[in-house]
Amino acid sequence: MTTMLAHRYRRGELHQFRAADNEFIYLVSAGAIFALDEGTRSVLDLLGEDEMDHDDLIAALIVVGNDPADADSLVRELRMVRAIHFDQVVPAPAPAAPPADYPLQALVLNVTNQCNLACTYCYEFGADKIATPQGKPKYMTLETARASVDFLLESSGNREAVHITFFGGETLMNFKLLREVVGYANNQAAAVGRRITFSLTTNATLLTDEIIDFLSDNAIGVTVSMDGPPELQDKRRVYKNGKGSYAVIEPRLRALIARHRTRAITARVTLTDGVTDVIRIYRHLKDDLGFHEVGFAPVTASDTQDYSLDDDAMAGVLGDFHALAEEWLDYALRGEMHGFTNVSETIGELIQGTNKSHPCGAGLGLLGVSPSGDLSPCHRFTDADTHTLGNLATGLDSAKREDFLTRGHVGAKYECQSCWARPLCAGGCHHEAFVRYGETGHANLHYCDWIRDWTDTCLKIYGAVAARNPGFLEHFAQRKGLS
Amino acid sequence: MKHLKPINIKAQKIGQSVDSLEEDVVALQQQPRPHVPMGCTLSFSPGWEVDAGGGTAGLCQPVERDIYDCYVTCFWPVQVPDHVNYSPDWASNCAAATKDWRNLDLVFP
Repeated sequence: MTTMLAHRYRRGELHQFRAADNEFIYLVSAGAIFALDEGTRSVLDLLGEDEMDHDDLIAALIVVGNDPADADSLVRELRMVRAIHFDQVVPAPAPAAPPADYPLQALVLNVTNQCNLACTYCYEFGADKIATPQGKPKYMTLETARASVDFLLESSGNREAVHITFFGGETLMNFKLLREVVGYANNQAAAVGRRITFSLTTNATLLTDEIIDFLSDNAIGVTVSMDGPPELQDKRRVYKNGKGSYAVIEPRLRALIARHRTRAITARVTLTDGVTDVIRIYRHLKDDLGFHEVGFAPVTASDTQDYSLDDDAMAGVLGDFHALAEEWLDYALRGEMHGFTNVSETIGELIQGTNKSHPCGAGLGLLGVSPSGDLSPCHRFTDADTHTLGNLATGLDSAKREDFLTRGHVGAKYECQSCWARPLCAGGCHHEAFVRYGETGHANLHYCDWIRDWTDTCLKIYGAVAARNPGFLEHFAQRKGLS
Repeated sequence: MKHLKPINIKAQKIGQSVDSLEEDVVALQQQPRPHVPMGCTLSFSPGWEVDAGGGTAGLCQPVERDIYDCYVTCFWPVQVPDHVNYSPDWASNCAAATKDWRNLDLVFP
């Protein structure tokens, strides 16, 4: 006697969305995006929130006009990609943790922990600082910088290209070192047949024509930390005497954008209480000053700081993000690049179908190096004793690194397990988590709704471009620096 | 895949994987069909059966179905996973044995 197992189907873990008159699904277990046809859409509609027997499902599909053979193939196809499940299916596992000897891709060299500005929200010097720089070197020596380059080349496996980001404090307060280490790094990389690329982050106050030419000649990418037009920039990006920095940086920025021809020049805006007019800031930085790209991020703060953003402010920011996102889509459909980094970055991840084990490369492909040679998960943990992952002299402390990565793994974050946005978010910034919750492995719960809304927005943009101008997406296929 | 259109790189990889499974099973189903002898198995029931011609193409059920049947419905203690005690989920990835029998994996006690 033969008894068939009676299968009951239900929707798998997916986020369904609509764009440009098409229906799409984002598969959470994989990060894959599929466009649905009428048939697959009816299967998902029929399943809704309930389960259905195989035979009932097929019968219902025939009722809505599907050929019986086709009905079976619809169900089968959705099942094969795990868009629907039946009983007893073991859920897809969380993304595997990368191997313990994961090769380094990038180092962030904190060439100095000193700064000529005193931005009131600074995570390195402000109220929520975690750095403990007392008694440690303030400026990185050439010896330490060279050791960093050697460490990067040795620890990067067989990657063809590696990357160094210069960071601070104010990076250009140690420009002398930067200039020398670029030459050294180029030589060392060439000697072993590898490529090395560079970028730096600066507040722009110390830029000179000579520096700009050096940056352009060496194709060093530049990110300027700034907050917008004069009254917004000068609200918190101030000198120690309280004087604003806009007037100082404006002519330097114009020179930078005019003379630096080899890399895109980007601005990175920190949104704080009262500095939330995203559209106005974007227009100023993109149109008035000429930055190629502008990206925004809310300030990292425990919620008691006077510069923190409250929920209303975050909602306002999201509204402005939506407006710029629509503009981004209009540009994309015309085949033109828009400079709103927050969309472009997400599109770059969506085209790959990124499914992250960790929110970012910190402690994985990327490490920070402090002026003393201490290693940390990223620049935000520089000089913080409790987060050190070893020292250039003694090497990477693999036990500490493993502990950091184990706690930061998306599978270790309970709240993330039921969230469809986890392939891209993976719980959010480790540093933000530490400042907010005292634990780097804590999900950034204060951003969950925001992130889901924003991911949905970017998925809809992705779907619309995929439907109407798919070739344009190719521009973003290599954006995430997969070297 | 006929109905789902992959629109990112990950989805394309999944699509290729699914398509490769589809192409993989045509051996006994391609046109023109191979000669299929009439009739059911001769006498080996239950167990690993052959048809009247000594092959597997003319069984009343596909041979894969038979392997699968040993698991849930057969009283005969053959070397298949024990669905009562140790491997209750062994067949859970096999909705239609004729199509999905490759999802039936080995069990290492």
